[in-house]
Amino acid sequence: MIKSTIDIDFSKIDDILKSYNYEKSSLIAILQKVQELYKYLPEEAITYIGERMEGLSPATVYGVATFYAQFSLEPKGKYEIKVCDGTACHVRGSSGVLAAIKEKLNLEKGKFTTADGLFSLEIVSCLGACGLAPAIVVNGTVHPQMTPDAVSTIIDTLVSKERG
Amino acid sequence: MEKTCLNIDIKEEQKKAQEYIKNQGLRVLVCSGTGCMANGSAKVMEKFRELGANVSTLTQHDKMTIVPTGCHGFCEQGVLVIIPELHTTYVKVKVEDVEEIFNSHIVGGKPVERLLYTDPATGNKVARSEEINFYAKQTRTALANCGRIAAESLQESIAMRGYEALAKVLEENKPDDVITEIENSGLRGRGGGGFPTGRKWRSVSRYKGGKSYVICNGDEGDPGAFMDRSVMEGDPHKLLEGMAIAAFAIGSDEGYIYVRAEYPLAIHRLRVAIREAEENHYLGDNIFGTDFSFHIHIKEGAGAFVCGESSALIASIEGERGMPRPKNIHMAEKGLFNRPTLLNNVETFANVPLIILNGADWFSSMGTENSKGTKTFALTGEVNNTGLIEVPMNTTLREIVFDLGGGIRNGKKFKAVQIGGPSGGCLTEEHLDMPMDYENLKSVGAMVGSGGLVVMNEDTCIVEVARFFMNFTQHESCGKCTPCREGTKNMLAILTKIVEGKGTMEDLDTLEELAEVVKESSLCGLGKSAPNPVLSTLKYFRDEYIAHIRDKKCPAGVCTALKTYTINPEKCKGCSKCARNCPVGAIDGVIKSPFKIDQSKCIKCGACMNGCAFKAVELS
Repeated sequence: MIKSTIDIDFSKIDDILKSYNYEKSSLIAILQKVQELYKYLPEEAITYIGERMEGLSPATVYGVATFYAQFSLEPKGKYEIKVCDGTACHVRGSSGVLAAIKEKLNLEKGKFTTADGLFSLEIVSCLGACGLAPAIVVNGTVHPQMTPDAVSTIIDTLVSKERG
Repeated sequence: MEKTCLNIDIKEEQKKAQEYIKNQGLRVLVCSGTGCMANGSAKVMEKFRELGANVSTLTQHDKMTIVPTGCHGFCEQGVLVIIPELHTTYVKVKVEDVEEIFNSHIVGGKPVERLLYTDPATGNKVARSEEINFYAKQTRTALANCGRIAAESLQESIAMRGYEALAKVLEENKPDDVITEIENSGLRGRGGGGFPTGRKWRSVSRYKGGKSYVICNGDEGDPGAFMDRSVMEGDPHKLLEGMAIAAFAIGSDEGYIYVRAEYPLAIHRLRVAIREAEENHYLGDNIFGTDFSFHIHIKEGAGAFVCGESSALIASIEGERGMPRPKNIHMAEKGLFNRPTLLNNVETFANVPLIILNGADWFSSMGTENSKGTKTFALTGEVNNTGLIEVPMNTTLREIVFDLGGGIRNGKKFKAVQIGGPSGGCLTEEHLDMPMDYENLKSVGAMVGSGGLVVMNEDTCIVEVARFFMNFTQHESCGKCTPCREGTKNMLAILTKIVEGKGTMEDLDTLEELAEVVKESSLCGLGKSAPNPVLSTLKYFRDEYIAHIRDKKCPAGVCTALKTYTINPEKCKGCSKCARNCPVGAIDGVIKSPFKIDQSKCIKCGACMNGCAFKAVELS
């Protein structure tokens, strides 16, 4: 795991745990709430949850966190780009879109967040927006019928917005 | 149960709700499904609202109401705007078009021709959705209200007979009769397996008495299918009502809907619907004033395909890693939290209220001998009309692809259809006239599955598609049982080798052997069905595999490693641009005479081709 660079406010995690009554069956929902706070699951948070919840250990929580694709143990970028590679998107050229994004963001093999922390990339299996294939989602907004040029423009727009 | 008299008169509520709709004046339905939202339906609605404020001074309508509906299923044509009173469906509406629709059509009575749907076969403009082939050939029952009512309104659902079926079963108060009705209807599980729904309910009802659960599987993981999303987004009350009827029949008081986290809009709409239904006593404590109570919770998935498998889904609801459990103990006896559990898919539950209202005979009059009713399919890929369709189960593949789907895009040739996603198989030309029911599909090595239909044309490489699905299932394999964990990995390695042109003929035998073993010995449905795409493509497109292996050629021209870039000396002007663009220095030549590509150095990136102004670089 990557060492976290942020301070964890454990009282906020306590609030989340309390709101779910420390219930074991709510572990996934709890992790989702914690991830909403930090945009990823810091190691300290995982350990803390494992220690505070009865019948669980940090290892069990870690096991659940690593099982589901939604959870990230690495910090996410300010702009989270999700590229759909479901069947419909795949046959309509999502691989080209993905390659264009990787090239544009200059992502090294095995890395999914840019060095400046601005963008992170995630490949998802289906967004259910198959009629709009190939589709990507940037911070919750669906962009339909993408092409390598179109994603390039989207990223350029975001970069220039950041640079003011 | 003693108290049978209901304290809500549903017929009375229906009248009130219909009156409420009548009082809305001119209804403008704007699709607010995931697809149309992405195409900007929120802005379209806002503009209509703004213009609609003056409708009473400009037209005979005293009012205009903008209705945000669920998904119509025709996502590619979004944003869809339907004005039922004017019998018009507008497609691809942008916010800039709204003023024209309002002024020309709503005020002036003249439809805006350019925003009507164009029939891909005839090129004619079609105004009425009943006349658009895509809709005309459908029989919408489970999806009947999707796109017709405000998705977040209980009242609009009531106006379309929402909760009437629940009132009926509570009034009659004979849970066993409800199960019999479902048995007689012939409804089978719409999530893929096709298990008879009534039989499932019957077996759970045997354990009546203690705590039991009703679970709705909304973890639509098949990449390429979105019918469950559409029902949850477009008609959430129908799903809730179906679950409540099931709960009443088997004697349960608590239910869960497990929804993928990738469907935030569906989760939101379900939450709104549950709250509103509880406030009005259609759900929650003492439903309709009887002593029947039923509470529904939403569980958000966290991105794991295997959680669509019933026992893995239960593990996930319990907060654990979503790994399947052995099925020696049936979940009708010990399921969620070790209690009797009934689990059905979204579409299955959505059919229940209709069967109760219209009778088992009505339902079983549709379809084939052993596959009754209708089925929704998500039609995607290389067809003209992509979207969600609902057709009787005796509809043929040809009708779906060529009538509803409007044929293959850009005049290309039909090659195959992948049905049922990564667990399904492919269907070819020879299957075009086969009715799409459970048995027929199974007999040719495919399955209804979730109902994803991906249409492929001559430019799709079937081996690459098989590799794509194997990559998906390998990635999603939970790793619990060895055949699936190791088998999918090895099958993927072989398929990758083949698409890279490094395969041998022996690999095909190994691939087939592995596929059979994984199919036979995996613990759950994911592993058991993972080899299907490989087996069915090997069966119908073996020559394509052989072309990759023996001739080192990809007949569809898709597999990068098997492509050859060459420079046509007759077209090349010798400008040297390609040589400068080439990242590996594989191109050489003398200015003003044709350049050449050194195939041993070429990495097939295509940079030469993209940059050539004279189209001299050719791909074979």
